[in-house]
Amino acid sequence: MFGYILRRVAYAIPIALGVSIIVFSLVHLSPGDPINAVIAADAPAEVAQRLKEAYGFDKPLPVQYGKWLLRAITGDLGVSIATGRAVAGEITSAAANTIMLAFFAGMLGFSIGAVLGGIAGYNQGSWIDKVATTMAITGVSVPHYWLGLVLVIVFAVELNMLPAMGMGPGGSRDWAWDVAHMRHLVLPMVTLSVIPMGIVTRTIRATVAEVLSNEFVQALRAKGLLERQVLGHIVKNAGPTCLAVMGLQFGYLLGGSILVETVFSWPGTGFLLNDAIFRRDIPVLQGVILILAMFFVLLNLMVDIAQTAIDPRMRRA
Amino acid sequence: MSNRVEVRPAPAMATGVDTAQVAALSRGYWSTVAGRLGTDYVTIACGLVLIAIVSAAIFADLIAPADPYKTSIVRRLKPIGFANHPLGTDELGRDMLTRLIYGGRLSLFMGVLPVVNALIVGGILGMIAGFLGGRVNMAIMRVMDVFYAFPSVLLAIAISGALGAGVTNAIVSLTVVFIPPITRVTESVTTQVRNLDYVEAARASGAGTQTILRVHVLSNVLGPIFIYSTSLISVSIILASGLSFLGLGTEPPEPEWGLMLNTLRQSIYINPWVAALPGAVIFATSLCFNLLSDGLRTAMDVRL
Repeated sequence: MFGYILRRVAYAIPIALGVSIIVFSLVHLSPGDPINAVIAADAPAEVAQRLKEAYGFDKPLPVQYGKWLLRAITGDLGVSIATGRAVAGEITSAAANTIMLAFFAGMLGFSIGAVLGGIAGYNQGSWIDKVATTMAITGVSVPHYWLGLVLVIVFAVELNMLPAMGMGPGGSRDWAWDVAHMRHLVLPMVTLSVIPMGIVTRTIRATVAEVLSNEFVQALRAKGLLERQVLGHIVKNAGPTCLAVMGLQFGYLLGGSILVETVFSWPGTGFLLNDAIFRRDIPVLQGVILILAMFFVLLNLMVDIAQTAIDPRMRRA
Repeated sequence: MSNRVEVRPAPAMATGVDTAQVAALSRGYWSTVAGRLGTDYVTIACGLVLIAIVSAAIFADLIAPADPYKTSIVRRLKPIGFANHPLGTDELGRDMLTRLIYGGRLSLFMGVLPVVNALIVGGILGMIAGFLGGRVNMAIMRVMDVFYAFPSVLLAIAISGALGAGVTNAIVSLTVVFIPPITRVTESVTTQVRNLDYVEAARASGAGTQTILRVHVLSNVLGPIFIYSTSLISVSIILASGLSFLGLGTEPPEPEWGLMLNTLRQSIYINPWVAALPGAVIFATSLCFNLLSDGLRTAMDVRL
């Protein structure tokens, strides 16, 4: 097991480096001189020249990358063009909000998906299976930014029951565990939970159906086990796959929440990213993408290790 | 249902296999697929809806009731069912039905083209990786792993955000998003096919690499990656419109579903349901592509 973890970590390092190369090259993808991407357009020429040297844009690309990577590792992600504040600081406060939203959306989506998928896979062809399959395909087909808008129309505009925007009353950016703040969480949470709900339902339904088709299930029943005990075996066999899907979906929630955060003006990384795109604030864009992608790499690594830890079959592969 | 039996050769036919019978069997497969699709009413309905949406977009000039760019200060944000504007008007007084019909042009183009591009690039890369194996495989697949390390929405937004707004940039970024999954699927199917006995037999009987690739690998790989690609179109349409929704795709005043949703967002307190219309069309298109892809997969599954 320890050897496996070492191997898996060793495999993640080149991936992380590759990710950093892609994020680094984003500055050079943006049209024009890269210095224009990191300073304000109306900056005087001598400032531009000085910054060009400070950023090392006059050096060859590999040197630039090395310098950038060293700075990024030490937590220096540059300075926002728009606000002049350090990018790392802006991301830290936004990331907490995104993680919270993704966590609650994930909990909601995963629990509904697990229950629906489990029941559907166990009772294939029944009416509940049809309901679950329909919900799942709707969940994966719906543009979530539109669903958010529809929920706002129904619950905020028409019924006037829930707030449409922001994270707290009066545009508050500090979370508090009171009813006023939680009311702001409901709509974005439901909107964001729909895709993982659909995917988890589909995967668990297929996994449970696959486990059920194994001969050992028949043998367990023939042995006279209670259906409850048979179910225990099914859960044990389907568990690792479900865990892996949920882990990856959590990563997609963090990366994919940008559109939902935009709809609800939720002050998370997605909102920050949207702002950065709007202002062409490349350092912020780069920083947010780097942090989210690195988090996704780390999550993948943890999911793989956790899956191997609970599933002895994986260790042989 | 009775058609399914035809896939397996009857005992009398199996005794002497010649080319004519093989041809008859392969026709049997396609007639089986057609037979299965013929009774799958959900898939047929989805196909018809998609044909309707696509032809409406193609023949927009002929069927649209108004000019998609013609604004009117007095007829702004009229509700659904307003005189002469069956689906109301938008924030600049343009006819919604017309804009939705024209909007399909860009939305479908931006949704489908990246998948087609990725199918070509990813298909070729995957076949090279799978067929050559070894170091080439390692090099191609490790690069793909790096792109896999980004959640797809994030990668699309990152590349589009860096390149700037524009239809071409959006298509480029979405193509980059879909190349890795298609390459992976193609690589794994190609590797399986390469190790099959009859490919070995073909090689032993003197078939060159080109012949094997063209006759054996391509014919076996195309089906699975084609079906897989159709399942990506739904995601691609949602993402393409999402990019426009963020202001990264088309620019005003072009009619495009995602952009329409974005500009109408400001008006939800005045005329909420008109604002929701473009998203409903995206949803319907994406749902139909998903169901169609599921139906095709089931119909073409040889194991059934």
